[in-house]
Amino acid sequence: MFPDIGTPIADTVNQFVEWLIVEHGAFFESIANGVLVVLVAIEQTLRSAPPPVILAAVGVIAFAASRNVLLGLAMVVLAWLVGCLGLWEQAMQTVALLIVAVGISIVLGIPLGVLAARSRIARAVINPILDLMQTIPSFVYLIPAAMLFGLGKVPAILATVIYATPPLIRLTDLGIRQVDHDVVEASRAFGATRGQILRGVQIPLALPSIMQGINQTTMMALAMVVIASMIGARGIGETVLIGLQRNDPGTGLLGGLAIVILAVIFDRTSQAYGARLQAYRRVRS
Amino acid sequence: MALIEVRHVSKVFGPAPKKALALVREGMGKDELLARTRNVLALDDVTLSVERGETFVVMGLSGSGKSTLIRHLNRLIDPTEGEIRIDGVDVLGLPNRGLETFRREKTAMVFQRFGLLPHRTVIDNVAYGLEIRGVAKAERRTRAAAWVSTVGLAGYEDRYPAELSGGMQQRVGLARALCTDAEILLMDEAFSALDPLIRSQMQDELMALQGRLRKTIVFITHDLDEALRLGDRIAILKDGRLSQVGTPAEILLHPADSYVRAFVKDVNRARVLTVDAVMKPPPLRLTDETLEEALAAMQRRGAEIGYVVGDQGYRGIVTRDAVSAALRNHAAPNVAAIAVDSPSIGSGVSIAEALPATLASTFPVAVVDADGALAGIISADRVGEVLAPFEAREAAE
Ligand SMILES: Nc1ncnc2c1ncn2[C@@H]1O[C@H](COP(=O)(O)OP(=O)(O)OP(=O)(O)O)[C@@H](O)[C@H]1O
Ligand SMILES: [Mg+2]
Repeated sequence: MFPDIGTPIADTVNQFVEWLIVEHGAFFESIANGVLVVLVAIEQTLRSAPPPVILAAVGVIAFAASRNVLLGLAMVVLAWLVGCLGLWEQAMQTVALLIVAVGISIVLGIPLGVLAARSRIARAVINPILDLMQTIPSFVYLIPAAMLFGLGKVPAILATVIYATPPLIRLTDLGIRQVDHDVVEASRAFGATRGQILRGVQIPLALPSIMQGINQTTMMALAMVVIASMIGARGIGETVLIGLQRNDPGTGLLGGLAIVILAVIFDRTSQAYGARLQAYRRVRS
Repeated sequence: MALIEVRHVSKVFGPAPKKALALVREGMGKDELLARTRNVLALDDVTLSVERGETFVVMGLSGSGKSTLIRHLNRLIDPTEGEIRIDGVDVLGLPNRGLETFRREKTAMVFQRFGLLPHRTVIDNVAYGLEIRGVAKAERRTRAAAWVSTVGLAGYEDRYPAELSGGMQQRVGLARALCTDAEILLMDEAFSALDPLIRSQMQDELMALQGRLRKTIVFITHDLDEALRLGDRIAILKDGRLSQVGTPAEILLHPADSYVRAFVKDVNRARVLTVDAVMKPPPLRLTDETLEEALAAMQRRGAEIGYVVGDQGYRGIVTRDAVSAALRNHAAPNVAAIAVDSPSIGSGVSIAEALPATLASTFPVAVVDADGALAGIISADRVGEVLAPFEAREAAE
């Protein structure tokens, strides 16, 4: 009753991955090395810096983003709590991984979002791929990723990027398409080139939406840290994993708390920045 | 050749513009087209030209295609059919780069719905056109600041559009267009959002500016008073077709159809029309003719009155009786000597202002231009004819 299409698909994919590894292994390795160099550098910096310096940096960044002293202080206290949980080192590793993963997501996601906003064809191609990326269980692509890059941080980053980039692409696309048509037209009427319109009008006006996308991407990347640890990334995810493996719910909870705290810090800070970007929409009193 | 030439331009919005236009050519009307094919006929075979330095006003009811028409001039919209030339350049043939350069250098536009950049302050909005052209920041800010204060917004430079009233935003849009110094100004209901006082101030400002800069302005409005005030010529659009193009006086005195007539029906013509628009040429212009010559000329033309002009311009009138009497008495060598001072009217004054003088006089009153020269004559009958409602005029004919 059911013709077997499963076996040929699986075989073909296996052959394809084999072929990639044999023919293009060097290429993937060089990418992996590049990413690794950046990641290690960031991780080293974060871990070797004295915690008070990092705490101060958190405060300054949060204040710069929000222009709100209270929020800055609150973020510092939260970061300090992570240290109190005994997970400072792990947190720094996780943050390094996040910075690289979110960085890659931004570099890929915003241009793809712009492309989708501009071309109906591009959107028709990109959208189903995004649906696929968001629904397919991450283990499915972790297998070939681990085969291509080996176990460790790089496939962890890859998996994080695949999982976390779609909302940024979608929100960039949406943000640009929602820019008031009248404003774009006025800009055209003054002879602005497509690039000038994009840089001077569409991106700035879509920025709140893009910031929302970056925020979501970061949250989703954080949600991936446990899975990332399963293929060898270090950090807080590992703590959770250890709790799981050793039947130690207390340790698992500590890891979970630390992840939540990081999420709150990223979320509050980026939300405050996003809100400040929209200040022009409000009437000053 | 005219600066702006629009030839046989038609525009259909919808799923199948070309096919729809073919149906229109076969005689289908705008409403039927929309109902049957979901295509909107926005412009239907529009041909017009705008001279350099002219203020050309386009009028029409809402939905008549005014905004669509003006957007064709800088090709924000491509026509379904037709040809557009600006300063000899075929705008429709321009490639992307060329079109951008053309828009940057030749045209500036004021939008009905403002189209301000919400994330930029007033001064940066006004400087936008210069920024697109690559003018250095310091210079464009200086130039923009001057325009901001010209439109009466000094002190608001660093505010965002959301902080301004509609009328103030409109003025920012106006300043933004003027700041580029473009030769052609496209103004889509540029003054509609202003209150009557500011509005007439801005009209004055625009006319003063136009006196200095001689730009070519295409101005859209649905306010006839504004059209009459600003326009050198007025075009009237109805359902995408041009009903009439003409000077304010032509439109007011000889409306081409009932649509135009409905538009101009309630206009106070006495206030709007100036004497020079309705005066007649003088039947007999006398200079230094002898009395015999003058009398002969008057008899030949059947004129009871002659208008005497000298080196200094209009001198006065002579009646046929006075000439014959003087001839009998050998009282004077020529007509100039017996010309009687009589009131005259300046050619630029409104008919309302000229009315008392024409009514008080038993003969047509002389109209003199700014230099004092005789430009024409105007009679009480002529004034009555011009001011009579169309219905009364038709009944009389
Ligand atoms: N982008 C568009 N898509 C579809 N139809 C349009 C579009 N722009 C204009 N139209 C149609 O074209 C016709 C003319 O519209 P246009 O905006 O030129 O009118 P208008 O004379 O400027 O009116 P108003 O005085 O209200 O501004 C209308 O029937 C309108 O529905
Ligand atoms: Mg309009």
